[in-house]
Amino acid sequence: MDIRPILASLPKHRIPALLIVLEIALACAVLCNAVFMVAQCVIDGRAPNAIDEQGLSVIHMGGVDSRRAADTVSRDLAALRSLPGLKNAAAINQPPLGPDARYNGFTNKPTAEPQVNSSVYLIGKGAEQTLGLRLLEGRYFTDQEYAQGELLPNHQSASHVVLINQSDAKRWWPGQSALGQQIYADGSAWTVIGVVADVIAQDPNFAGVSGRYSGVFFPQRPSADTNHYILRSEPADRDRVLQQAMQTLGKLEPGAVLEGKTFTDLRADYFAGSRNLAWMLVLVCVVMLAVTALGIVGLTSFWVGQRRKQIGIRRAVGASYGQILAYFQTENFLLSTAGVLLGLVLAFGINIYLMRHYEVNRMPWYYLGGGAAALWLLGQLAVLGPALRAASVPPVEATRTV
Amino acid sequence: MLGYYLDLALRSFKRNKVLTTLMVITLALGIGASMTTLTVLRLLSGDPLPQKSGQLFYVQLDPYPKDRPFSRSDKLPWLNTYVDAMNLVHAHRAERQAAIAMTQVKLTPTTAQQHPFFSTGVMATADFFSMFEAPFQYGSGWSTADDNDRAKVVVIADYLNDQLFGGANSVGRSLRINDEDFRIIGVLRHWAPQPRFYSLYLGGPNYGKGEAVFLPLQSARAAGMDPINMMSFAADTQALEYAPTIWLGVWVQLPDAVAVAEYKNFLAAYANQQLALGRFQRTRFGLSGLMAWLDSQQVVPDNVRMQTGLAFSFLLICMVNTVGLLLAKCLRRSGEIGVRRALGASRQAIFAQFMAEAGLIGLVGGALGLLFASFGLWCIRQQPAEYASLAHLDMQMFLSTFAVALAASLIAGILPAWRACAVTPAPQLKSA
Repeated sequence: MDIRPILASLPKHRIPALLIVLEIALACAVLCNAVFMVAQCVIDGRAPNAIDEQGLSVIHMGGVDSRRAADTVSRDLAALRSLPGLKNAAAINQPPLGPDARYNGFTNKPTAEPQVNSSVYLIGKGAEQTLGLRLLEGRYFTDQEYAQGELLPNHQSASHVVLINQSDAKRWWPGQSALGQQIYADGSAWTVIGVVADVIAQDPNFAGVSGRYSGVFFPQRPSADTNHYILRSEPADRDRVLQQAMQTLGKLEPGAVLEGKTFTDLRADYFAGSRNLAWMLVLVCVVMLAVTALGIVGLTSFWVGQRRKQIGIRRAVGASYGQILAYFQTENFLLSTAGVLLGLVLAFGINIYLMRHYEVNRMPWYYLGGGAAALWLLGQLAVLGPALRAASVPPVEATRTV
Repeated sequence: MLGYYLDLALRSFKRNKVLTTLMVITLALGIGASMTTLTVLRLLSGDPLPQKSGQLFYVQLDPYPKDRPFSRSDKLPWLNTYVDAMNLVHAHRAERQAAIAMTQVKLTPTTAQQHPFFSTGVMATADFFSMFEAPFQYGSGWSTADDNDRAKVVVIADYLNDQLFGGANSVGRSLRINDEDFRIIGVLRHWAPQPRFYSLYLGGPNYGKGEAVFLPLQSARAAGMDPINMMSFAADTQALEYAPTIWLGVWVQLPDAVAVAEYKNFLAAYANQQLALGRFQRTRFGLSGLMAWLDSQQVVPDNVRMQTGLAFSFLLICMVNTVGLLLAKCLRRSGEIGVRRALGASRQAIFAQFMAEAGLIGLVGGALGLLFASFGLWCIRQQPAEYASLAHLDMQMFLSTFAVALAASLIAGILPAWRACAVTPAPQLKSA
């Protein structure tokens, strides 16, 4: 198809052509960034977490007398373990994705400056099995290590042993085994006895990219600090077990404030904000594309109407139905190309602006490619109607005076 | 003349129903989206105490060691240590001053049918209520003497009074907080500044219905209540009152510029004195006005600001679209314009006619946009965000919706109207 006649005719309707280019450019810029952000939200919401999420429930118990917490926790756990369908129960200070995060900065050298917010998990006896941790190297805590675990007045664990996430092990000792190595914080030191598959942080949004999978597990005997109970059952029994556990605890601790959730709900609640943002972005994109398409239809119909006579002349001197159709499709393709090129520059600019002012990553090139392809396709589809109408202008039109 | 233009506009709408509907809906969608996000943004970044915010200032000091600074980018610490906060409060160098922290409290209702529940409590010194102009329904706040005596008294919010005492005057009755009894000495009227400026970095929510209980700082601490947020700058084993830990926000009321300057001098002298005592290693300090403090800390959530940007890009796309459609429409009417010009209408008259048409589309689009915005705000109210329940359209936003719609449509109308008035009458008449 020769594009020269198309290019020659474009300056005759400069303003409508420029408007189409501008519309496609803006839509392309917004679409690329919005799709990229939706993808980020989806990836965030599905962040992997090496625990048995489907079988797990969490109960927060607040407002119990902290001086008697040790007895309370032991008694409650004993009662919970007798529930039918329950596989394991344990106490923990805070589950992954929990609301009240506890962080500390650890290092692999005594004097180094901590750079990462690591989630601190104080786990009670049996929590490894209850969470469903995946041990990659080493061993879990022994009963004796649990018995010694408590928090010192400086808020550090008195234990001498820790389990760490795989990501931390790789970061601190790349290419070597982490077993037997030491980690440090505020003058205390702990020996790594095991490495587990990555458990997500307590508040990944706060912990940032570096702290997302940074977690250290300390053994802890029952205390006021381990005020969350974790329950593991078959996914089918989960809701019933949680309900019965709430009733059992309600009777045992009438003065306490209890809040129970399945881990699935905990995850859904944590990511509710980003899920809402994603849906809003999707909605805006759909409406925006519709508006852009209608705009293209409107403008193209207008100039098809304007050129009925010329089309008639072309038909009269031998142009086929297909050639007229191709003319308008090609014209739109050229305008879309100009719009998309401008749009990609804009999209890139917006991404840089967002990176500077918000927590947004650099957009990979394929989002730009995808956005460009989507708008090309949209333009071709939008122009199809007016182009078909143009192609069906009869040659006799050339002989009319209007 | 305007009446005639509007009549012409209505006729042209009737002739091109589909195109007109398309323009109105496009514009309305853009307006709806941007007014929804703008309402939320305005709500979240508004002035929490309009009549008083000019006199309120937030105090920051830097007790951190030089080799272990609070932030790598040299920000001042967000909060203060107990020692500094109390020194500032006791110095009485401002008209009013208060040290504030937030705590989680367990409240146990008196009737056995109701279960205990958690709520957020404010721990503050006596000037809190008078400085922030919190209105009382019954009773009053506590005195400095109550602060010092660690009196077990409490001021409660209106909604807690409704929930526990059915809205009756509960002054003198007792409230069980964390399994200890406190005597109620005051009940607030509805009071919940948005955003909750005094709660920033203290761990309470920034928006929403407000705290349930207000306790004297020292009494609450004596009863074993801990702040929600605390940050330590050295390994500490001591009670929070002496520990190298920041956990209190300090606000002062300064009536005029002279008082501000004097207070700055006082803070500089205080920091130098602490340096001499060896407690501080740096003498810098901060004294920020309420609104400046909120702006600098970017209290508005990122999501909301991003959504506003998105909504306005969308409005821009809708406007470009409207320009295109208006242009298509008015160029199609070249013949009519030619006739009007030939009959003596000036270029200005043609321009005015097309602007009137654009404005009319704007007004109708605005009305429909209002509907879309109400729907958008309803959607936001269904979200779990802490500000959700506040998302309502007020009179000002109602009027500005029309202003924005009219402005958007008139801007969109300029180019088509200009093209229309550039039409030369002769060729149009010939071809017609």
